[in-house]
Amino acid sequence: MRFVSSIPLALAASALLLFAASRAAQAQTDCLACHADASAQDASGHSIAVDAPKFHSSIHGSLQCNDCHTSIKDYPHPDKIAPVKCDTCHADEAAGLVGSVHASRAEHPCTSCHGDAHSIFPKADPKSAVYPLNVPRTCGACHGNDAMAKKHGLPNVYPMYIDSIHGFALSKEGLLVAANCQSCHGSHHILSHTDPASSTNKANVPKTCGSCHAGITAEYESGVHGKAVAAGKLTAPVCSDCHTAHAIEQPTASAFRMQSTPICGNCHKDKFSTYRDTFHSQLGSLGGYVETARCWDCHGAHEMLPASDPRSPVNKANLVTTCGRCHAGANASFVQYQPHANARNRKLNPALYFIRLFMNLLLASTLTFFMIHTILWLIRSRYDQVKRRKAEGGKNA
Amino acid sequence: MPDLEQAADASRGASSAGERFFVRFTRAQRYMHAVLFSTFLGLAATGLPMRFSQSFWARRFASAVGGFGTIIFFHKLCAVVLTFAFLIHVKDIFQRALVNREKGIFWGSTSMVGNWKDVKDLLGHLRWMVGLGPKPQFERYAYWEKFDYWAVFWGMIVIGFSGYAMWFAPFFARFLPGWALNAVLVIHSEEGLLAILFIFSIHFVNTHLRPDSFPMDMVIFTGVESEEEFKHKRPEEYARAAAQGKLESRIGEKPAVWLVNFSRVVGFTAIFIGLTLLVLTLSAYFRE
Repeated sequence: MRFVSSIPLALAASALLLFAASRAAQAQTDCLACHADASAQDASGHSIAVDAPKFHSSIHGSLQCNDCHTSIKDYPHPDKIAPVKCDTCHADEAAGLVGSVHASRAEHPCTSCHGDAHSIFPKADPKSAVYPLNVPRTCGACHGNDAMAKKHGLPNVYPMYIDSIHGFALSKEGLLVAANCQSCHGSHHILSHTDPASSTNKANVPKTCGSCHAGITAEYESGVHGKAVAAGKLTAPVCSDCHTAHAIEQPTASAFRMQSTPICGNCHKDKFSTYRDTFHSQLGSLGGYVETARCWDCHGAHEMLPASDPRSPVNKANLVTTCGRCHAGANASFVQYQPHANARNRKLNPALYFIRLFMNLLLASTLTFFMIHTILWLIRSRYDQVKRRKAEGGKNA
Repeated sequence: MPDLEQAADASRGASSAGERFFVRFTRAQRYMHAVLFSTFLGLAATGLPMRFSQSFWARRFASAVGGFGTIIFFHKLCAVVLTFAFLIHVKDIFQRALVNREKGIFWGSTSMVGNWKDVKDLLGHLRWMVGLGPKPQFERYAYWEKFDYWAVFWGMIVIGFSGYAMWFAPFFARFLPGWALNAVLVIHSEEGLLAILFIFSIHFVNTHLRPDSFPMDMVIFTGVESEEEFKHKRPEEYARAAAQGKLESRIGEKPAVWLVNFSRVVGFTAIFIGLTLLVLTLSAYFRE
């Protein structure tokens, strides 16, 4: 019974819809009678032109003009009209913006990211300003601007990003899966990294990167750095501490290998200083081919484990394998080599300490003796030479 | 010494008038010195950037020549050449001593081995420097020259051994304990530093820049020195040769102009490179 009675209702509804559609078409036609003129301007000289075909193909193409421009009821309409409120429909997005770094609607109107209001396309459409491959350029319009970055105390991130491995994957390879700005920062509810709820807050970085790099993040989380961060010890490094946030390099690239050891050295100062004394570091600092051992060549990179852990590459049981990766033929005696020996510490490395002391004494005493010997000799032989030449009646020198 | 007389014979062409020149070094000895100093400069120029890899010039130099790969390649190349030169020299000593039964190679007035006279000469020389005694009468090789020789000899064994231990570390680890692999770098770099500082400051001044030889002692390049120089620098050898009637047989030919000029260019280049490296070393050493 209920089904039967709904038929006339449905008929009425569709009649109403048809009427509305024709009204909408008519309303657009009415408005476009003036606004289709590409040179149309308001009193203050702003363009009020609407590109009709573009608008029709846009995601809002089926809407009536006054669906958004709600203050316009009749023609002619007043010169000053109320600004469009996108949140009438897009309430969730508008709610997201509240409290975000872009919350100010005056500074960041929706169109600043989504582009011209009359040609907004869905984000899966390559024409959209927020299509994944277009996002960096859209954000870069502001975040690639030195003056803007300086004004807000932000780094000028766009050039860093676009030259990074993510930027290359996106701009050169056109990979939709490559991280763009919003992959890490979100889109509407972007929070400062100082906000604990931000996806780029230090505590949340592993999770954020892990949304793509799941395997690496799992490794990281089972290592000491990951565990420390999970336990709230935020002095331990997260992904971005080693890889940086925007200028991320291919870790095997020489530039990254060159910069990687001082990053670990920021915290592991004593290990860094003893590493510096070794041949690994001496050669490694010179650049060029950079296959000399960096911290993570031996210690691993993500699943950082203490040397006491049998799974650690620097566990005694694994050293022959670990060292052997570069040093073919490494044996049990070879791996007794101490990559962090401290020749200045008598207690830790007595043999090395005394060898260094002996070599230094040898150097100092030999040079001191001969320095004195040479200086005295120089003075005396010059004195003799002058005397001799005088006696010969010649010139002094 | 027969070899010097042979060298004198070879160098003597038409009898030359005027100043007489005496042979001090054979051609082989001069070549040995040339190989020694060119590989030494090469080793120093490539070793120092590794030793002071944090200094600004090390990185700049490394990137200019193509990174550490290039640097260590030339370091090893020079090392191998120098090793061969060293082995040839050792073979030469054994041949002269054991096969040729040459007298005076290990002892006596023309030997490189230190003796009692060297101790007396050293003390006498020091007394003379401060004006407390006469100048010692030096023989063919004065005590500081013998020191130079043995310092290089010892240095080549120590630096060479520690260098090869690093180059072939897994091999050396078969019979050396692990900590020795740490020790060889300390030994190699400290001994290398000593050699560099010694050669580029003490040897340069003692041999080339002191007033008697200033600006450069050409004898190691030309093989001959003037009679006046011979008499002044090594009066005892001169007197001995004169007394034994061997002076005539040591007379060589006045060095050709091209040889003198060529030697000057080579020698000054070496000294210039050496002094540059000395300045860089000292600047990096004291900044460390």
